[in-house]
Amino acid sequence: MKPKHQRLLLAVIAIAALVGAGLIAAAALREEASYFYTPTTLASANVAPGKAIRLGGMVQKGSIVRAADGVSITFTVQDKDKSQKVAYRGITPDLFVEGSGVVADGRLGPDRVFVADSLLAKHDENYVPKELADIDMSAAEHTKDTLSK
Amino acid sequence: MHRFANPARFLRIAKPLTPWLLWLGIALTLGACLWGVFFTPTERLMGDTVKIIFVHVPAAWLGMGGWTGIAIASIVQLVWRHPLAGVSARAIAVPGATFAAICLITGSIWGRPTWGTWWVWDGRLTSMLVLFFLYLGYIALSNASSEKGDTSRVAAVFGIIGAVNIPIINRSVIWWESQHQKASITLGGSSIDQAYLVPLFVSVAGFSLLFGALVLMRMRTALAEMRIEARMRRMADY
Repeated sequence: MKPKHQRLLLAVIAIAALVGAGLIAAAALREEASYFYTPTTLASANVAPGKAIRLGGMVQKGSIVRAADGVSITFTVQDKDKSQKVAYRGITPDLFVEGSGVVADGRLGPDRVFVADSLLAKHDENYVPKELADIDMSAAEHTKDTLSK
Repeated sequence: MHRFANPARFLRIAKPLTPWLLWLGIALTLGACLWGVFFTPTERLMGDTVKIIFVHVPAAWLGMGGWTGIAIASIVQLVWRHPLAGVSARAIAVPGATFAAICLITGSIWGRPTWGTWWVWDGRLTSMLVLFFLYLGYIALSNASSEKGDTSRVAAVFGIIGAVNIPIINRSVIWWESQHQKASITLGGSSIDQAYLVPLFVSVAGFSLLFGALVLMRMRTALAEMRIEARMRRMADY
């Protein structure tokens, strides 16, 4: 193989790799973007029951109800405006507590209750020492503004 | 910058600079990690797992900073034909890939106890994984090409085009918000408490110096290899 052809081959491989990486990323991310909902976007999106989606938001204070069997729970996910009732059966992550963030994979049931297959805890961008959080406000209300004061 | 175009002059500066960067980097990194692990408070939600931040965040920044450096060096190589630009871009690739890998691994270890999963196909995680693969592609490509000529330019072009991913990583938590939280440290300020923020910046400084030392070492190695090759060729001519 002539050096020139070798170089041409390398260029083609590089460009193919680049385009491939771009396409994979775009596909993965578009899929991700299209099925992530907050209670507000879910309320206005008219999602069909049974379609696999991901729901994210905050666990409403006082909303977690554990059933007698010990593994079934229901709770309410809320954002600024809307809320969504969620049912889940399984072990919850350690950080899954009232007032904290949650991301749930699942689908809407016919009764508009979101049935979650998996629950992941989500935390916000604030990092606060435990002692400070105990003293001032509830953890979920920490924002950049309250911390910088 | 062309003052340093002469490799001999570059080596005169790089050689004494390397041990300074290396040992200062090691000292700061060790100090920051010990400080972070033993002398910072537990976090309100995450408890002690928050302390992985002192490795995760510097690794993420340097992984992204590394590719930014490759892209800038590649532009300098293509446009100004600076003889050291290509050498520096190649020297960044392996440390950059290593830090991207450290970011992915520590993130995964952090994700298990806090989020409840080792991995999700979240925008931030996916774009960071793509960065790691781009590094691997770049390393393979630049190793396959000779030091001079068109093939070296192909690697440079790859380095520039791959830089598209850097702003994507940065914006990913806003464009495709799902699992990863939004940026804690922005130009506008930080939402990380001072107790974590100060050792974090010490750690970032330490890892950055280490990164610089590694790049200088690799550049010196590459230049030494080029000299050996040139000398061998001359000897073969006799």
